[in-house]
Amino acid sequence: MLELKGVSWKTPDGVGVLDGLDLTVPDGKLVVITGPNGGGKTTLAKIIAGIYKQDKGQIILDGKDISDLDITERSKLGISFAFQQPVRFKGITVKKLLEIAANRKMPEKEMCEILSKVGLCAAEYLKREVNSTLSGGEIKRIEIATVLARNTKITVFDEPEAGIDLWSFASLTHTFEEMRKNLNGTIIIISHQERILQIADEIAVVANGKIKSSGSADKMMGTLLKGTEKAVKCPKQEELF
Amino acid sequence: MKEITKDLLREISEWNGEFKGAYNIREDGGCAGRVSSKNIKIESKKDEPGLEIFIAANTKGETVSIPACITHGDIDDLVYNDFFVGENADVTIVAGCGIHTETGEPARHNGIHRFFLGKNSKVLYLEKHIGKGHGTGLKTIDPVTTAELEENAVLEMNTAQIGGVDKTLRKTEAKLGKGAKLLIRERILTEKEQTASTEFKVELNGEDSGVDLISRSVARDNSHQGYHSVIVGNAKCTGHSECDAIISENGKVDAAPELHARDNDAQLIHEAAIGKIAGEQILKLQTLGMTESEAEAAIIDGFLA
Repeated sequence: MLELKGVSWKTPDGVGVLDGLDLTVPDGKLVVITGPNGGGKTTLAKIIAGIYKQDKGQIILDGKDISDLDITERSKLGISFAFQQPVRFKGITVKKLLEIAANRKMPEKEMCEILSKVGLCAAEYLKREVNSTLSGGEIKRIEIATVLARNTKITVFDEPEAGIDLWSFASLTHTFEEMRKNLNGTIIIISHQERILQIADEIAVVANGKIKSSGSADKMMGTLLKGTEKAVKCPKQEELF
Repeated sequence: MKEITKDLLREISEWNGEFKGAYNIREDGGCAGRVSSKNIKIESKKDEPGLEIFIAANTKGETVSIPACITHGDIDDLVYNDFFVGENADVTIVAGCGIHTETGEPARHNGIHRFFLGKNSKVLYLEKHIGKGHGTGLKTIDPVTTAELEENAVLEMNTAQIGGVDKTLRKTEAKLGKGAKLLIRERILTEKEQTASTEFKVELNGEDSGVDLISRSVARDNSHQGYHSVIVGNAKCTGHSECDAIISENGKVDAAPELHARDNDAQLIHEAAIGKIAGEQILKLQTLGMTESEAEAAIIDGFLA
């Protein structure tokens, strides 16, 4: 179980983003964190991964206080993070990146299975460099493949729908559903997308640096769709069409 | 052959006790072994130090290895090697130079290679340069390569200098005939107080000739690298050069690409990028379980692969 207790974070310029946020993520669930832009969703995801260090508060993983652990240490404890804007590397191949992710030599067949889960034809991609020759959709899928290769107890996806076309998005939703079925771990997805919200077990709305509301997806979807959570919007939607 | 030479050969030419195909091993300015094959003849030059290597027309799939090793300080080795590649031949040439010193005296290897590629011939040229040992004397490798490519000849040069060489001035010049193609992949890593300078001049003289020149370099510590490329398009041709450099600590890189279009149908492109490792790249690899230093090493290894 992952718990955030009273987590606060300010930008280096002193602008408060998270303000005493409390969140409990139970094991084995697909939890979607949604909410308005600028509400602190991505910051929350980066705080969990250790990319940002909270100013106040605690992060507890399975009863262990990991607040002061760095990115690498948290990664080794089983936290994975898929970037909203995937990073490109000149010279590092898809194969190499998957091996770094899995921390072992991986049989080609296994790599192919992972790549096919994100909708890529493996044979064409393993030798390709993770550089600017890959399209936005391709690099996004490879980013997701790197966290799939890790198969950790907690996987955080920061707006996986950003920069991906509608067709790819449909198969991506399917990938998350499969992950939920097959993984023992917990999946946390930062998202604005209704399709992603629909596959959640639990939904939490982050606004103004706090959890504004949270609960089971059934309960929350009703509230969100009624529009009582007026802050929920989808500024990225135009990119889908 | 000395043990040091054997160690160097393993690193620069994938020698594992023997060479496949024709070879000549240069050791401290002398010859430590030579074998010609039916199709590839290696002969000593009569008027100056060096070799003449004759590759018969239509030779297919053969390899010729001509490594040069320097095993101690106080040597200034100069060698002129000429390669005559017959029409339709398709061969691999493995060059490379290793310098090992344990003293304070300097050591230098200056290899001057000339390539003459006949019509429709194809050459893969592999070259690794390394410096080894605890010697404090300057280890210098100054290769000069010139190539003339006849109609539809293809020369692919894959060169790497990954550490240990204190000072380098690389000069590469090529003239391309009709339909000829030149592909160059250069990798240079400098560290400590090392300096490396690389200069290219490619003249695209024949219709539909083309060059693709990719240089990747990493300059660490207080090292300094210079890159200067000149591509001259004298005909309908395509030229592309790309210079990417990673700098870390106080590493310095100068890049000066030049493109000269002398024909209305010449298409010439240059791309250059110099910068430190992007912080995001390190973060990504940290989220995959690497430490910061492991991430830096993986990024540099990949970049120079």
